[in-house]
Amino acid sequence: MATEQIVFEAKGLVKRYGGVTAIDGADFSLRAGEILAVIGDNGAGKSTLIKALSGAVVPDEGEIILDGKKMHFRSPVDARKAGIETVYQDLAVAPAMTIAENLFLGRELTKGGAIGRMLKLLDKKEMLVQATQRMADLKVGIRSMTQAVETLSGGQRQCVAVARAAAFAQHVVIMDEPTAALGVKEGNMVLELIRRVRDRGLPVILISHNMPHVFEIADRIHIQRLGKRAAVVNPKKITMSDAVAVMTGAKLPEEIAPDALA
Amino acid sequence: MKSEIKNLPWTALGPWIALLAACSFFATQSDRFLSAENFSLILQQVMVVGVIALGQTLIILTAGIDLSCGFVMALGSMVIAKLAVEQGWHPAFAVGMGLLVTCGFGLLNGLLVTKAKLPSFIVTLGTMNIAFAVTQLYTSSASVTELPEWLTALGKTFEFGSAQVSVGTCLMVLLYVLAWRYLSDTAPGRHIYAVGNHPEASRLSGIPVERVLLGVYVLAGFFYGIAALLSLARTGVGDPQAGQTENLDSITAVVLGGTSLFGGRGIILGTLIGAIIVGVFRNGLTLMGVPSVVQTLITGVLVILAVAVDQLSRKGAR
Repeated sequence: MATEQIVFEAKGLVKRYGGVTAIDGADFSLRAGEILAVIGDNGAGKSTLIKALSGAVVPDEGEIILDGKKMHFRSPVDARKAGIETVYQDLAVAPAMTIAENLFLGRELTKGGAIGRMLKLLDKKEMLVQATQRMADLKVGIRSMTQAVETLSGGQRQCVAVARAAAFAQHVVIMDEPTAALGVKEGNMVLELIRRVRDRGLPVILISHNMPHVFEIADRIHIQRLGKRAAVVNPKKITMSDAVAVMTGAKLPEEIAPDALA
Repeated sequence: MKSEIKNLPWTALGPWIALLAACSFFATQSDRFLSAENFSLILQQVMVVGVIALGQTLIILTAGIDLSCGFVMALGSMVIAKLAVEQGWHPAFAVGMGLLVTCGFGLLNGLLVTKAKLPSFIVTLGTMNIAFAVTQLYTSSASVTELPEWLTALGKTFEFGSAQVSVGTCLMVLLYVLAWRYLSDTAPGRHIYAVGNHPEASRLSGIPVERVLLGVYVLAGFFYGIAALLSLARTGVGDPQAGQTENLDSITAVVLGGTSLFGGRGIILGTLIGAIIVGVFRNGLTLMGVPSVVQTLITGVLVILAVAVDQLSRKGAR
């Protein structure tokens, strides 16, 4: 179970778009080895918060701290270099390319030797071996790593994206609506995979609208409201309707039983 | 290697079937068609469009298109011819300058596509006219003859069995093999496919999308420069009207070769087959005595047909 150690946090983040303040002094903290769900109504600043954490948006104020070090992400590439991998909602995979190619897209393994490095000759054999190994580690039941991603079902594609993030993340995996647009069975397959990623020691930030999924899988739930963190709750001690009530403002966080806060 | 072959889509066979069908048809129409002599002639005739189509394939793989290719090639060939013949430059420097001009046009196309974010169709439609006009102004629409031997060396042929093979044809095949291995065996090569297949996913994966695109347009320009040299070698004249049929024929070759106009899918060796199909049509129709205007009409129909068949087969595969 999650320890109290905080690996990734943000303090007082502010982001304004012209006259609109999307996040207004938002705090955030992720503990080692946990799945933290982030929920919030439309316009609560949930996606801006996540974009700031993944480097897609540069906050106007506030600080982001990873493993005790202050971070200044200017792009998703910066965040990725710092060890934060993000699985994007719109399936950030190249459909015509193979699973192995997608797993290593942008960080292909190249052959050794002067010629191999100069021409960036691909080490296809090694990539295939590692791809097979990584997918087996995560128990993703896909047989051939040389089939094109477009031959896979939506859930399997999402598993490829998750496996890729898990394979390269040093610190954190962020997942933006990974089960949206999936059927029940496929959604469960992805949830199962997210759990296995957590069990291997990587903390996961999960953004989702799907309350049953959030309650099934999250260790803690960050509730975002009106640009701020309204509360962090324990899904085992709060009902779904109370969580939704805090999210929509029907209930104040103070009205929740104190032991439901986490 | 084995798995690569296993995973080739059945559409990879399409170009071969089309080539076989075209050859069978023309064999029934002309006795002279099916001879080693005639085939070596076809291969000599396709070397210019074949090398242009190499650049065209790279651009189409990134989901772009180049309508300026033939005209850029013509400008390059005139720069080489005029500098070597009229200015007395050493042919090597003249060729270097020609390559610089064609690569420069590639760079211009690439910058307009990546920095100004304009669609490649419009950009290259513009540079097509620019390249054509510059060529006419530069040459006063006059051809350049009496090229030094150095420039026509690629047109030389040697005996291979009963066929005459030109050095230029060998160069074309070599360039195809190199481009094929580059696209399939190197990280930058795979990035060209990735950028054409899903630019957003590529960007999020840390691939420098703009740099890949710029590189592709410049490399295409380089191939047009080589094609310019081949065109001089083949005809022995610097012709400011050259490249006009090759412009559309290169797109026909790419599409017949099975590369998707939507980018990210295709095998560059297919383009070579596509170029040979175009050559077979032009040669076969000539042997049948079909006038060249009608040949142009038929190749126009051919490109639309190829795109239509490609679209239908891909829809069927989903």
